[in-house]
Amino acid sequence: MNSQIINEVITVQLAIKRFFVRSRSYGAWAILISLLSTTVLAQGWDMRPGVTEMSQHLRTLHHISLWVCIVVGAVVFGAMFYTIFAHRRSKNPIPATWHHSTKVEIVWTIIPTLILVGMAIPATKALIEIEDNSDADLTILVTGSQWKWHYQYLEAGIGFYSNMSTPLEQINNTEAKGEHYLLEVDNHLVIPTNQKVRFLTSSDDVIHSWWVPDFAVKQDALPGFINEAWTRVPEPGTYRGQCTELCGMNHAYMPIVVDVLPEDEFESWLEDQRIALESMGEAAIAARSRDWSMEELMPIGEDTYLSNCATCHQPDGSGQGITYPAMTGSAVVNGPIENHISTILNGVAGTEMQAWGPQLSDLEIAAVITYERNSLGNETGEVIQPLTIFNSR
Amino acid sequence: MIAHAETVPSGRNPLVKFILRWLLTTNHKEIGTLYLSLSFLLFFIGGAMALTFRAELAQPGLQLMGADFYNQMVTLHGLVMVFGAVMPAFVGLANWMIPLQIGASDMALPRLNNFSFWIMPFAFGLLLSSLFMPGGAPNFGWTFYAPLSTTYGPPSTDFMILGIHMMGISSILGAINIIVTIFNLRAPGMTLMKMPMFVWTWLITAFLLIMAMPVLAGVVTMMLTDRHFGTSFFEASGGGDPLIFQHVFWFFGHPEVYIMILPGFGIASEIIPVFARKRIFGYTSMVWATGSIAILSFVVWGHHMFATGMPLATELWFMYATMVIAIPTGVKVFNWVATMWGGSMTFETPMLFALGFVVMFTIGGLSGLMLAIAPVDFQYHDTFFVVAHIHYVLYPGAIFATMAAVYYWIPKWTGNMYDERLGKIHFWTAVIALNLTFFPMHFVGLAGMPRRIADYALPFTGLNTFATAGAFLLGLTQLLFLYIVIKTVRGGPKATDQVWEGAKGLEWTVPSPAPLHTFEVPPKVD
Repeated sequence: MNSQIINEVITVQLAIKRFFVRSRSYGAWAILISLLSTTVLAQGWDMRPGVTEMSQHLRTLHHISLWVCIVVGAVVFGAMFYTIFAHRRSKNPIPATWHHSTKVEIVWTIIPTLILVGMAIPATKALIEIEDNSDADLTILVTGSQWKWHYQYLEAGIGFYSNMSTPLEQINNTEAKGEHYLLEVDNHLVIPTNQKVRFLTSSDDVIHSWWVPDFAVKQDALPGFINEAWTRVPEPGTYRGQCTELCGMNHAYMPIVVDVLPEDEFESWLEDQRIALESMGEAAIAARSRDWSMEELMPIGEDTYLSNCATCHQPDGSGQGITYPAMTGSAVVNGPIENHISTILNGVAGTEMQAWGPQLSDLEIAAVITYERNSLGNETGEVIQPLTIFNSR
Repeated sequence: MIAHAETVPSGRNPLVKFILRWLLTTNHKEIGTLYLSLSFLLFFIGGAMALTFRAELAQPGLQLMGADFYNQMVTLHGLVMVFGAVMPAFVGLANWMIPLQIGASDMALPRLNNFSFWIMPFAFGLLLSSLFMPGGAPNFGWTFYAPLSTTYGPPSTDFMILGIHMMGISSILGAINIIVTIFNLRAPGMTLMKMPMFVWTWLITAFLLIMAMPVLAGVVTMMLTDRHFGTSFFEASGGGDPLIFQHVFWFFGHPEVYIMILPGFGIASEIIPVFARKRIFGYTSMVWATGSIAILSFVVWGHHMFATGMPLATELWFMYATMVIAIPTGVKVFNWVATMWGGSMTFETPMLFALGFVVMFTIGGLSGLMLAIAPVDFQYHDTFFVVAHIHYVLYPGAIFATMAAVYYWIPKWTGNMYDERLGKIHFWTAVIALNLTFFPMHFVGLAGMPRRIADYALPFTGLNTFATAGAFLLGLTQLLFLYIVIKTVRGGPKATDQVWEGAKGLEWTVPSPAPLHTFEVPPKVD
């Protein structure tokens, strides 16, 4: 036997052994990476696919740039970790002395440029489509205010406010949180399937931003501006989003809920809204044509207070510092009625106290004023009638 | 230069002497120390604020504070970290090291230097005093968008405005001083293209400061007149335009992010060659890349505003221009790797921080590239994905670079070596903690969680709890850093003049610790 063959056998054996050891570690890495990525997907930690063609297309673009980043990262960090491993002093005691190479530098300027051009082309196409707001079937004016959305269907002439409906008890952890905690509202926005719906966004006070991730629609609502965005939703369903521009204290409490209905159901919903609007007008006439007792007004007032006033002024009327004054013992609440009514109807300029006149009915305002003047530690004994509010408008 | 060592009369009470010495000093090393100390203090204040709101975010619902106080913490955290921790840290390093690196005996304008520093504590006194005012501190985010900050801002907003004015004056004066020093006081033979990279990046940063800070001063002045003198720059009901605010703010704001990173590039470019024992690769292209990044930083501001309803053509311009920044930034990263390639590397703490900087800054840069893609930005904008991005460029970027610099130069400042073992523990715990804190924010943002909300929907709970735990660990690791620094200042193994085996450059030719006055006779550079 010559030793050469033995040596070769040993070398091959070692190589095989090394191969298995390495492949096992590659296997381990592969398992680890696939575990990680499955977790990410299973947990919903990736961008949501959404339901519109655009949202899914944008997710594809997101994945393209994500993979470009992963590959670039792998190459750069791979090279870096290799050199950390291979060119450490114990392995490479004599450092190289070169420090310049125009050729290499040109290469790593040109390759990224090409990658960027490759990324810019589909991005440009998508952007052009997003910004094409023409030929809408339906236009909805979305107006933000602290901290609610106002939806107006311009063609149909109907509109309503949409407030968060999560109770304060859930926020303050005295009650178990519901499934749609913070993402639920009293009046849902309703749109039809398969129609191009154009949203015009604006604001009554500060800047808000209207975002429904499943539609990939995010548009800032600026005071003094009207911005445009559009969507076309193929699937009926309920979709949720929220305000994404810091808009003051209750920025977290300004959700959006959109019901997408098949076209015929949407038409009948619209008809119902028209009828409701008429009956609301009739109810308002009925409300102001009679006198209301304190017993009747107090529960309505309490409901109105809790759903509109309590987030700032607190359920017990204690307020929050000078920005959100206490109701208890307040000079406005205990002072002349006309001043109290005008504060609520018109708001206070330059503060977060907004004009409630357009948002609440005569009855609700009469009730909430009655409630404030006879509860929350105040006792004026006064009863305010809806007719008084009607006449003050 | 100017004689200034004996400004303090002798024979007084030692406390008065101590105060007067630091109050009146015009020595670049002492002022550098002052800047670094103030920055360190504000770093902990800003960090404590971050932990305050992270604690609130640990679980959905409001547990610890009202939403308004949450917003105050978010706002002050941003302002304190940007203007109080990162910027003064870099100015402190510039004060200490630029004269040493270019062979100057001091900064060119020592009295101005004293003035620039002593504005800062008062500026932050004003800003932080707002916490104790009726109506609370500013609560509209560090970007203080109008009209939330003008018509709707709390009374203390005016204190923030004046505080920002003062910081701005300080920064502009500091920048002028740095430019004048670099242009006039370089040692004979040190041409511009022989300057150390840290000096180069600071020179470019100083120009950015001079161009950007007056714009910030302009925008806060417009806020002030809107609030008190009846103007309507940003008030739509008076014929003004709330969007102008954002344009002006980000015209300052985008160069500002490079102000916070370019000196970090310089630090990495100083440290990596020393510990790789190999000259920096492509020095010339490093300088040009830094310059191009600085110029491009003035034409990309609109990428912060894709959702504001800009016209298509404007969106396209800002998207393309932003993507172009990836090219010079890529050149820098590739050059750092090429510097390491073929070197003979050791991994002392400064090198670890510099490498951590390169890796994690690159992660932040790559997510920045994703954010630049305007159509997809509609989904990323104002979510936690952006929060993750900015923290990857600022924490392992600006702050790791500063820490690398501290470990690298502290033997020169104090004459003592820091505790290498503790330094390494600091590095590894900080790396782990910061990834635990900020990496989940990418996911939670993609899943749809907006930024700056005090309370969130239930699906975001797990990742938020995780990030909060990471944040507290991260806070703890920085206490270790404080301990290491104090320990080094108080004593430790004596450092040699050269300190690091591979170190070249003028700062390593002076004794350790560097005496108060160095290079009274300019050295010769060939």
